[in-house]
Amino acid sequence: MANKISKETIEYVGILAKLELGEEEKEQAGRDMERMLDYIDKLNELDTDGVEPMSHVFAMSNVFREDRVENGDNREALLAGGPKVKEGSFQVPKTVE
Amino acid sequence: MNLTDLTAAELGKKIQEREVTAVEAARDALARIRERDRDLNCFITVDEEAVIRRAEQVQKEIERGELTGPLAGVPVAVKDNICTKGLRTTCASKILYNFVPPYSAEAVERLEQAGAVILGKTNMDEFAMGSTTETSAFGPARNPWNRDHVPGGSSGGSCGAVAAGECACALGSDTGGSIRQPSSFCGVTGLKPTYGTVSRYGLIAYGSSLDQIGPIARDVTDCALLLEILASQDPKDSTSLRREETRFAQALKTDVKGMKIGIPRDYFGEGLNGEVGKAILNGAEVLRDQGALVEEFDLSLVDYAIPAYYVIASAEASSNLARFDGVKYGFRAEAYEGLHQMYKKTRSQGFGSEVKRRIMLGSFVLSSGYYDAYYLKALRTKALIRQAFDRAFSKYDVILGPAAPATAPRLGESLKDPLQMYLGDIYTVSANLAGLPGICLPCGRDGKGLPIGLQLLGDCFREDRILQAAYAFEQAGERSGAYV
Repeated sequence: MANKISKETIEYVGILAKLELGEEEKEQAGRDMERMLDYIDKLNELDTDGVEPMSHVFAMSNVFREDRVENGDNREALLAGGPKVKEGSFQVPKTVE
Repeated sequence: MNLTDLTAAELGKKIQEREVTAVEAARDALARIRERDRDLNCFITVDEEAVIRRAEQVQKEIERGELTGPLAGVPVAVKDNICTKGLRTTCASKILYNFVPPYSAEAVERLEQAGAVILGKTNMDEFAMGSTTETSAFGPARNPWNRDHVPGGSSGGSCGAVAAGECACALGSDTGGSIRQPSSFCGVTGLKPTYGTVSRYGLIAYGSSLDQIGPIARDVTDCALLLEILASQDPKDSTSLRREETRFAQALKTDVKGMKIGIPRDYFGEGLNGEVGKAILNGAEVLRDQGALVEEFDLSLVDYAIPAYYVIASAEASSNLARFDGVKYGFRAEAYEGLHQMYKKTRSQGFGSEVKRRIMLGSFVLSSGYYDAYYLKALRTKALIRQAFDRAFSKYDVILGPAAPATAPRLGESLKDPLQMYLGDIYTVSANLAGLPGICLPCGRDGKGLPIGLQLLGDCFREDRILQAAYAFEQAGERSGAYV
């Protein structure tokens, strides 16, 4: 089965992935994905009816802890890594008009 | 003699016996890096002054009798996707080119508590996505055995550094073979622990359900000693497990009499290079000669591991890498209009093509309409693969096979055809899907002199068995400490 990835699908995946691709990159991404999906379709040979999807290899339940702050005040160190910082905050472009 | 020519255990012993100091060990390692790394490019970041300062501090604590562990004072290299407080951690990506973590990974904390001196950060495939260390934004690392060849990946810098004698041991991470395959290509010994054995806190996530940190060294003993230090249940990683027994060095016995070793017949198909296959079967004979019961069997489902792995790993990557948006750390694009475009431009300029390819694939398989057909199908396949290993380990203590279908390819040959490169992961990814421990150690060389690695897989929590078999194999032949 040959997968066909439309231009619209690549646009849509670009939105989901928050990536802005040039025209050439989009075409390449479409071809790469088609080829990869053709290969992944091999999984359809397997009968997995009734098999529970296994997200974790060990049967683990949720791990809880007390809702208490345990790390120290790292504010300065954390802000030091920001590409743009202003008045003790990370600065981003205006989001609300 | 350069002190990094010793194994970590040998060096640690000399330091404890006051024959040499941690500072001398650090200076020797730094000298070796200056001498060799210009060509090899195994390191991305080395802060020489900080290394010496730290070694001086460790030496004082050794002299005061506060640090008495076997690896106190030993320089250890750390893969650059493992956070080190105050020391740049890039994941070999432009998007983290200037990221200095405000905290250290739990694995690094534990090494430092044991007195290790963090030597520097090693080169890797960008975000650990790749099999050659060629997708690094800091240029490819080279194989010390032959510089026209790759060291493998994604922990290629760590394995290359150990093989080149730049350090005795290193940390790597293994999501689909990223410790074992480069160990095979570089002729060193690398161990991927059972999922949950080493805390992932501070390991920059790629595929969270598959990622494990593990040791890389020149022999089995060093791997066992490092794993003893690294293994812990950490409240900061809710997938980390409490292990009943973490004295892994106790498993280092040469006696494998009666040990049941299975060789999957389905590992020896047409894709396997002849020289590699021969070296692996010779390795099995070595263990048989020591009294192990070796037989072939059908593991089944081998061909389904790679497609299942790439769906799951890419899906998790697309989610994990969503955090890189140019707001809180790392790279931000220069020109943009509005918040949304800032995210998109930052990510498009900051990520390399292999990372983008996997984020796109992951976003696709998780999107509505495809989730069941791809993502859930892969998780169901994972369950079947786990069952196949359960059946195998009901009969065998250890599964023996190659770590990679061939020896290290030449630089520049692999990235042209990503799917072809992925197929090289056939012997490693299933251990990640099933959570199993695996070790790779050298078992010979091909006609060009490139190393071949033998992989031993154990059932979950049975690092002792693979360490025992690996140690017996190592002791029977020439010491695996052979390096360039």
